[in-house]
Amino acid sequence: MARYVARRVFQMIPLLFGISIVIFALTRAMPGDPRDVCAGRGPHISQDVCDRLIERFGLDEPLPVQYVLWLRAALEGDLGISYLSYRPVSELIVERLPATVELMGSAFLLAAILAFGLGVFSAVRHNTWFDHLGAGFSFLGIAMPVFWFGLILQMVFAVWLGWLPVSGRMTVGDGSFFDRLLHLVLPATVLSLRFVAGWSRHLRSSMIEVLRADFVRTARAKGLSERVVVWGHALRNALIPVVSVMALDLAGLFSGAVITETIFAWPGIGRMFVQAMFQRDYPVLMGILLMGSTMVVVFNLVADVVYGLLDPRIRDRYA
Amino acid sequence: MPSRAAVDGPDVPAWTDAPRGGHAPPRGDRRFWRHLRRNRIAVGSLVVLGGLSLVCAVAPLIAPYDFDAIDLAAIREPPTAEHWLGTDDLGRDLLTRMLYGGRISILIGLVAASLGTGLGSLLGAVAGYYGGRVEEVLMRFTDVMYSIPTLPLLIVLAAIAPGGAGSIALTIGALSWMGPARIVRGEVLRIRALEYIEAARALGLGSGRIIARHVLPNVVGPIVVAGTLTVGEAIIVESSLSFLGLGVQPPTPTWGNMLMDAQSTMATAPWLSIFPGFAILVVVLAVNFLGDGLRDAVDPRSGS
Repeated sequence: MARYVARRVFQMIPLLFGISIVIFALTRAMPGDPRDVCAGRGPHISQDVCDRLIERFGLDEPLPVQYVLWLRAALEGDLGISYLSYRPVSELIVERLPATVELMGSAFLLAAILAFGLGVFSAVRHNTWFDHLGAGFSFLGIAMPVFWFGLILQMVFAVWLGWLPVSGRMTVGDGSFFDRLLHLVLPATVLSLRFVAGWSRHLRSSMIEVLRADFVRTARAKGLSERVVVWGHALRNALIPVVSVMALDLAGLFSGAVITETIFAWPGIGRMFVQAMFQRDYPVLMGILLMGSTMVVVFNLVADVVYGLLDPRIRDRYA
Repeated sequence: MPSRAAVDGPDVPAWTDAPRGGHAPPRGDRRFWRHLRRNRIAVGSLVVLGGLSLVCAVAPLIAPYDFDAIDLAAIREPPTAEHWLGTDDLGRDLLTRMLYGGRISILIGLVAASLGTGLGSLLGAVAGYYGGRVEEVLMRFTDVMYSIPTLPLLIVLAAIAPGGAGSIALTIGALSWMGPARIVRGEVLRIRALEYIEAARALGLGSGRIIARHVLPNVVGPIVVAGTLTVGEAIIVESSLSFLGLGVQPPTPTWGNMLMDAQSTMATAPWLSIFPGFAILVVVLAVNFLGDGLRDAVDPRSGS
């Protein structure tokens, strides 16, 4: 297993390189790189700071050298200085990250629980009214624009019924666990919908296939209860292809968080990203993009490890 | 859609029929249409899409008002006989704006999906056909682009080069080739191993010609399916961008930017939020149903 994980980590490196090159290219294509700033466009900084920036990022050197210097700075956690608050981008991100992790984590968990339930029951009751209802729900969930679903839920549950808070992460001056939970309900539901719909479909078809397999018949023949067969033996095997779909969807989860945070005024990095866009705060934009992409790659690694845990065949083949 | 000409190109010698049998049998298109026609949901979706596209396309002819005709005497009116879907903050007729907006949203979806699917098919075919280092580089690049969250990347690109509907369609298209590329590569890998490709190579045909004439026509089915589903994705992405205020700029209406405007008056004038969002939902739903129906018709085994 250790060798399998090591191999995966090793494979991750070229991917991260590729991402860093694309993002570096975008950074240089943007207006407002340090040289523009020094020429008087953007925030006012002294000539002294200017010279230091040009020196640090090698802005008079050829592009490959600039890239290496930029990458080294990024690896050291230096993502530049916000044009607006004059604070290091990494500091701003670290401040906002917990809110985003809280939102994405709950949405992911919620989506997984609902999708597993829906997928498994649809497969077990294959071609019944429940299955058809599930199929309809999935189509609806995938086609639903996130922001519209958010607006409708906000309108119904927060404005009309008044059951849940309209927006924000907590009530000012409250911040108890229950208060935070209430604030989390709508954004997490909105963000998870699409993934419940997608994953449950994948799990359903994979589950239908697994339930026909010989080992399931064997398990039943041994006299194991249907619950153990379905939720133990079959689900574990049916999850294997679904885990890779879930990993691929992580980038989409981050994209969804950007919109969800904007609708619900959720103080995470997604909302900061949209604000930075309107304020033309380019270092913040690029820093978040780099961090979001890295997050996706790292969680893909986690998915690969889970994959290895679920399926010893894969682990052994690549060890 | 694979027409007869595309499936059995006139320049394909007769002997290609035999080894190809499994995935593109002669008259495969007839079976395709029979399958598609039997799928009532897919046919219904096609009718809905066709109808909506037509109505939106001729918006200037049938719209009851001008899309930017301001009527300050009729601000935020709920649906009435004069304004079937009500009016917005400036007293503009919502139905009219929905029609004009749909024209742009649907067009952007189609253009972006065609571009993305075309680009993806080309890259996927080249990667799958040549294999080796070419494939390695192209597929790793695909992985890289897959890992960068699309919407934030689009937001950054929109910040670097803001533009009109055309450039937004191109940008979305330029970022939606990864899915089709992976699908086409997989199909091409399978087809490359078939005997008739070996025969074509033995006849001394060039790689470009083999890809264009003998490989791609047999991947038309999966490409059309992927392309159809990409239309839905592109419409959602465009409306998300417009919703954030980064897409097509007012006064040109799109369903996305109408929703952005409606957000602040959601409690007092809910119809302004409900109708444009519902339109997006219906179109994307129909596109996805159609894509699903096409998938079943192209490969009946894929259905459950």
